[in-house]
Amino acid sequence: MKLTLKIWRQKNAKAKGDFVTYQMDDVSPEMAFLEMLDALNKRLVEEDKEPVAFDHDCREGICGSCGMYINGHPHGPLPGLTTCHLSMRHFRDGDVIWIEPWRAKPFPVIRDLIVDRSAFDKIQVAGGFVSVNTGSAPEANSNLIRKHDSDAAFDSAICIGCGACVAACKNASAMLFVSAKISQFALLPQGRVEAVDRVRAMVAKMDEAGFGNCSNTGACEAECPKHIKLANIARLNREYFKAY
Amino acid sequence: MGKLVSKIPEGPLAQKWTRYKASVKLVNPANKKKIEIIVVGTGLSGAGAASALGELGYSVKNFCYQDSPRRAHSVAAQGGINAAKNYQNDGDSTFRLFYDMIKGGDYRAREANVYRAAEVSNQVIDHFTALGVPFARDYGGTLDTRSFGGVQVSRTFYAKGQTGQQCLLGAYSSLNRQIKKGNVKMFPRREMLELVLINGKARGIITRNLITGAIERHSAHAVVLATGGYGTIYYLSTLAVNSNASAAWKAHKKGAFFANPSFVQIHPTSIPQLNEYQSKLTLMSESLRNDGRIWVPKQKGDKRPANEIPEEERDYYLERRYPTFGNLVPRDVASRAAKERCDAGYGVGETGLAVNLDFRDAIKKQGKKVIEGKYGNLFEMYEHITGINPYEEPMRIYPAGHYTMGGLWVDYELMTTVPGLYSIGESNFSDHGANRLGASSLMQASGDGYFILPNTINNYLADEIRTPAISTDSPEFEEAEKDARERINRLMSVKGRKSALSFHKRLGKIMWDHAGMSRNEEGLNTALKLVRELEEEFWKEINIPGSADELNMELEKAGRVADYFELAELLITDALNRRESCGAHFREEFQTPDGEAKRNDEEFAYVAAWEYAGKGNPHILHREELKFEEVEMKVRSYK
Amino acid sequence: MALAGLFLLMFLPVHLIINLMLLKSDPVPFNRAAHFMATFPVVKIVEIALIAAILIHISWGIFLQIQNWLARPVGYAGGNKSETSFFSRFMIWTGASVLTFLVLHFFNFYFIKLGLVPGDPENFYSVAHNLFKISAYNYIYLICFVLLGLHLFHAFSSAFQTLGLNHRIWTPVVKVFALIYSILIPAGFAYISLTLWLFR
Repeated sequence: MKLTLKIWRQKNAKAKGDFVTYQMDDVSPEMAFLEMLDALNKRLVEEDKEPVAFDHDCREGICGSCGMYINGHPHGPLPGLTTCHLSMRHFRDGDVIWIEPWRAKPFPVIRDLIVDRSAFDKIQVAGGFVSVNTGSAPEANSNLIRKHDSDAAFDSAICIGCGACVAACKNASAMLFVSAKISQFALLPQGRVEAVDRVRAMVAKMDEAGFGNCSNTGACEAECPKHIKLANIARLNREYFKAY
Repeated sequence: MGKLVSKIPEGPLAQKWTRYKASVKLVNPANKKKIEIIVVGTGLSGAGAASALGELGYSVKNFCYQDSPRRAHSVAAQGGINAAKNYQNDGDSTFRLFYDMIKGGDYRAREANVYRAAEVSNQVIDHFTALGVPFARDYGGTLDTRSFGGVQVSRTFYAKGQTGQQCLLGAYSSLNRQIKKGNVKMFPRREMLELVLINGKARGIITRNLITGAIERHSAHAVVLATGGYGTIYYLSTLAVNSNASAAWKAHKKGAFFANPSFVQIHPTSIPQLNEYQSKLTLMSESLRNDGRIWVPKQKGDKRPANEIPEEERDYYLERRYPTFGNLVPRDVASRAAKERCDAGYGVGETGLAVNLDFRDAIKKQGKKVIEGKYGNLFEMYEHITGINPYEEPMRIYPAGHYTMGGLWVDYELMTTVPGLYSIGESNFSDHGANRLGASSLMQASGDGYFILPNTINNYLADEIRTPAISTDSPEFEEAEKDARERINRLMSVKGRKSALSFHKRLGKIMWDHAGMSRNEEGLNTALKLVRELEEEFWKEINIPGSADELNMELEKAGRVADYFELAELLITDALNRRESCGAHFREEFQTPDGEAKRNDEEFAYVAAWEYAGKGNPHILHREELKFEEVEMKVRSYK
Repeated sequence: MALAGLFLLMFLPVHLIINLMLLKSDPVPFNRAAHFMATFPVVKIVEIALIAAILIHISWGIFLQIQNWLARPVGYAGGNKSETSFFSRFMIWTGASVLTFLVLHFFNFYFIKLGLVPGDPENFYSVAHNLFKISAYNYIYLICFVLLGLHLFHAFSSAFQTLGLNHRIWTPVVKVFALIYSILIPAGFAYISLTLWLFR
């Protein structure tokens, strides 16, 4: 396949960025999207040009490192996939592909397609935990948890923290991300003890970081590579009202 | 024994850890605050150790190369985490778990360490549950378990196919709590470039800030490496593509012995390589072997689609060769059996380098819904990558480099041969001997981080309470920083034409072909020669565009590959030295007539710990003899 | 936002029912209802709440929207093509047009009642009938109600979600109800407009 890539290049956080066009002449449909970028970077290095910087690590859709905005969608046009799992067989010969970094005020661009997602960590630091010291845990089976609740907590807990929800949301809201963690703990008895403090702290930190507000457009749910549900946001709202 | 003192406590095996804890030196809470500890890595062992040490009141500095501690590669472990809870009443116990690990590791691990790993396993499960890790549960609300590769009891706790992610996020949450409390300071996007020794003790590290390129000095009273394994030495592996051995290797060059580097586990159920551009091999959890049946056609080169091959023309070779364990034989056995079939010409797929993993019978028996509940996300992932629907057709799988049992040599206290330098999790040579059993890596990493190191490190730090905060202005720090800068300059100034990735790929191919799943003397010698040639070419031809004072991923990659050449040489040396087959280390010269591994306990019942003797000089071998008091060394048989 | 919005949602059917009386040829029932609405003490209290709700809804809406715009200073060159509930993207604009209409509406009726604008507050029937004879007014009226419908369609279910009311079974029911509501209410108002304009 022949493809035209329009990639956002930006030297550092302060520099002005712009789109640069690259022609790829022999892209195999068997390549993964990031492998296509690897091939581009190999070429650039051989031409002594600076390669395109992008975050990536596990390349199996679980670490949450990768994330680029491809043709109007975070992680590309297919639902339920991270960028590393996106295959080139979903593109056609002659396609023009726009590749941009996540865009949100709390996610400033570091270089090219890499953004700073430390705001997510700060929110988790504010309250995304159960306060239990090593060694003080009770016997695991002393606390019976309904399977339904445990499974629901799991479905919320599988968030990989990639930031696609923020990237997709027209308001750059982080509600889906925050609600996933709130929900995981809200559904488990271990997490209930600190529920009030947790939701207050995490929401306050989220607002402080400068994320937008949730207007229930549903883009986050549609783009989440792990299918985290909007119901989590409703649960977050519930928990928030309960806390005041 | 020479320089290796393993510090195994006296007393019966089952009481060693209890006795140790009762007699070990302690540090009083007021002093803990004044003591600083560096932890490199934020996986299960690193995040576990950082948070547990923070809880104790130490001042911890935690480093990772990723943008967030939540992305450490423990996140990708799929199948589960073992514990000797015996919730199923199926005869499990601490001793049974210990025994399975020792036997699974083919009697090449230290008894006392393995027993302790089994002993703390139950606490690990309790702790993760309390942290809110949503392990699978039964309808009555109790935790569910499943059986997992190579054992006959059901002791594996799991969270669908994402157990590693859930455990890691649990550890990340406990780390966050300590960061909030101010006990742990987090340094993401930092790569460790040098270990700093002062008067022979580990006192700090030099890091590169991966965003700004700044070279930074960090000091502490003790340094803990939790930097994972070196499986990416094969380029294509199940590891994260940025996983590397550089931190451990730098420590090795500063005096930490490297043990059993040739013990690399090849995982039997990975998605086969599909094309030449591929950057990684995605693991399909071993738990799939609980319900999937592995087979190849009975007829050589049978290219019919799998579903068109009738039952009587299928060779379920694991069930045939190992009737007791069948598809659940340990990883090394399953991997080699797959390689044997493919080498003999029975492999499936375009390349002939794959075998079928078939769920037809399981779906027929249990229903699609049950199978979906167990493996839904794995099936989905498989389909995304290959375009094949495993509910309809068998999966194709092939072995891939996965876990490294080798690593920095540590004593019972998890301290390396450098005083004050600890190594935990996969980065140490660990408790898995020559082969690791499924679901025991999460168990060992968490045990090391949460429960073992926070107890053993006090024994060292108790003598450090009078040491004031370490200054980073000392000549030792100066020197280490200079070394780090020189090395970067050397890499940057080659200005050749080739990318780091292209060298990594070529190194990986050499290693996979000659020092992978099976090895022989000739191949290993060839590999040694090829690696040396490639290394030479690297230092002439590598090109790193841009500068070192900014984010420069090519520089990061080049530094890691450069270290891999040296480690590769040691790995091959170790494989040559070990003239026996044991666990994952299979020397073709040493096998039984029916192709099983043939151990040589007379000569090789030891840990090979290698001492660095300077660039260009051969490594020096130190042997730690393994004594087995509680178990008898038997021929490992899964027939 | 959601609470104020829901309160306004409850008011619309009441308004519609009263307006339907405009279709009668006898002005008395409508004027009597308008009089009742203007004088009954309980309604007075509700009226204050209603004005408060409108003000809160508008000012809070604008405030949140500004925050939302600030949260993404640089947009996407490739556009944002994520699948969303379509009309949710334009709430600020549909809301703004409803507000424009509201201002017009207040000049025509509410300010008369308050005595701010000259007119007979006891005969809104004829005021309304006269207005609906002006074609331009009808065009504006109809366009604004279509936009109101689009606003309501997202607003209805969104308010429940914001209040934390999301349910496996009931959320889809609410969505169907939202669709019916957001068609029926504007349709009712439009029916009055069209009848009085074209057929009287």
